[in-house]
Amino acid sequence: MDIFDIIGPIMIGPSSSHTAGAVRIGKVCRKILGEKPVRAEIAMAGSFARTYKGHGTDKAIIAGILGMGPGDERVRRSLEIAADEGLDYAFTEVRLPRAHPNTAVIHLVDGHGAECTVQGASVGGGNILITKLNQIDTDFSGRHDTLIIPHKDVPGTIAAVTALVADSHKNIGNFRLSRPTRGYQAVMTIEIDGTMEPDLVSKLKQLPNVINVVYLPAN
Amino acid sequence: MLDYHAIADVVREAEARGTTISRVALADQAEALAVPEEAILEEMRGRLEVMRAAAHEGMRADLRSTSGLTGGNAHKMRSYAESGNAIAGKLFALASAKAMAIAEYNAAMGKIVAAPTAGSCGVLPAAILAMMEERGVAEEDAAMGLITAGTLGMVIAQEASISGAEGGCQAECGSAAAMAAGALVEMAGGSPSMVADACAIAIKNMLGLVCDPVAGLVEVPCVKRNAGAVACAVNAADMALAGVKSVIPVDEVVAAMREVGESIPKTLRETAQGGLAATPTGQAIAQRLFDKS
Repeated sequence: MDIFDIIGPIMIGPSSSHTAGAVRIGKVCRKILGEKPVRAEIAMAGSFARTYKGHGTDKAIIAGILGMGPGDERVRRSLEIAADEGLDYAFTEVRLPRAHPNTAVIHLVDGHGAECTVQGASVGGGNILITKLNQIDTDFSGRHDTLIIPHKDVPGTIAAVTALVADSHKNIGNFRLSRPTRGYQAVMTIEIDGTMEPDLVSKLKQLPNVINVVYLPAN
Repeated sequence: MLDYHAIADVVREAEARGTTISRVALADQAEALAVPEEAILEEMRGRLEVMRAAAHEGMRADLRSTSGLTGGNAHKMRSYAESGNAIAGKLFALASAKAMAIAEYNAAMGKIVAAPTAGSCGVLPAAILAMMEERGVAEEDAAMGLITAGTLGMVIAQEASISGAEGGCQAECGSAAAMAAGALVEMAGGSPSMVADACAIAIKNMLGLVCDPVAGLVEVPCVKRNAGAVACAVNAADMALAGVKSVIPVDEVVAAMREVGESIPKTLRETAQGGLAATPTGQAIAQRLFDKS
């Protein structure tokens, strides 16, 4: 904890959990999609579902999907901006009894038909946890530079990835492997201390059995 | 480096060096974040500017929140403060007006600085901005005041809570009042131990305050509680500056705040199920807002 955790963040109100955190969940989803989305389906659970209109949680999530941060003045006009930018969106409510009360599931589609689904929770003070990515369990905060690497579940793949990270003199702060079924697709989530060089991503992408590398800068 | 687990540690450090709490914390945070002190001060001045703009925007007579529940009261309060008739005097009334302005602007999706939270974002800036306007406190000293406040807040966050869902409103507006009281004392030239006393007195006077927002929104009673909390802060600072000491040492007060927070029933911790949220009017408002949606 540092002093800016207490005197901060700078954010659009009214709620650090229901507004600022919601922007950040939307932004992570947009970063994972990589391209400009044309369609967004957002399912809100728990307290998000109950109070989202009063807290502007809908505007916050759309703002994040449009690439805005929690302190961006355009957050409150995000629904109009979405219309201008050709983003079609729909909100629904969903029951997720085992999820955190402030949870949203965001499904994005880009102009080429590529899609991604992110489940995230706003856990207080503007902090978030991404708990699912394309139906696979995960667990990262977005506060650190993060690499998300879907790969084939083949021996040596993790060692090859972490060796490249080590070669770039970066320390791994957190590592998680999600593997629904042995031998099929698995996902590594790697949080890095400090900032990553862009060429590491292209090197990682060239590794055998690595399907994709998504790089999320800290936000 | 400081670990911010006890306010007494920071007070002792400041007294040993013959300086202020903010100077000690500024040096420590510069080291911890690996940046020059000036970079931290520059960032604090930037946050002060966001606070000032929010207080200004929030004073509009026609301001309304997204739900329509709040807005416009800060405008009334400022006119009253400027009339010269305020029972408690101008600074006090102006601080209340500013606290409401920032809280109302927050509810209207305005840009604010969480200090320590969005729900309590009006308290600390109101105290600091009122001192700048009415007592001529310089921007540099106001930025240092934010550092004093942040120092107290770090200890409260680690040893008690700054989340209404965890510790009730005492954790949000109570913490903000304690932080503001300490900043006021330092800006007024009080000693580090006076800062600690003001912090302790403010927490004691907010102890047990529940979080019971109508319809679960950061509006009723949050806007007025921001004004109430800055009043508590000004009063606690004046007591400490008068030489009044807290019988219970500040770190024991913070520990009590944690214990009290844990004993507050869940219905009174930001769930909108008890207190004002559960009144007939509170429920009718919730019904109306959710039906509309």
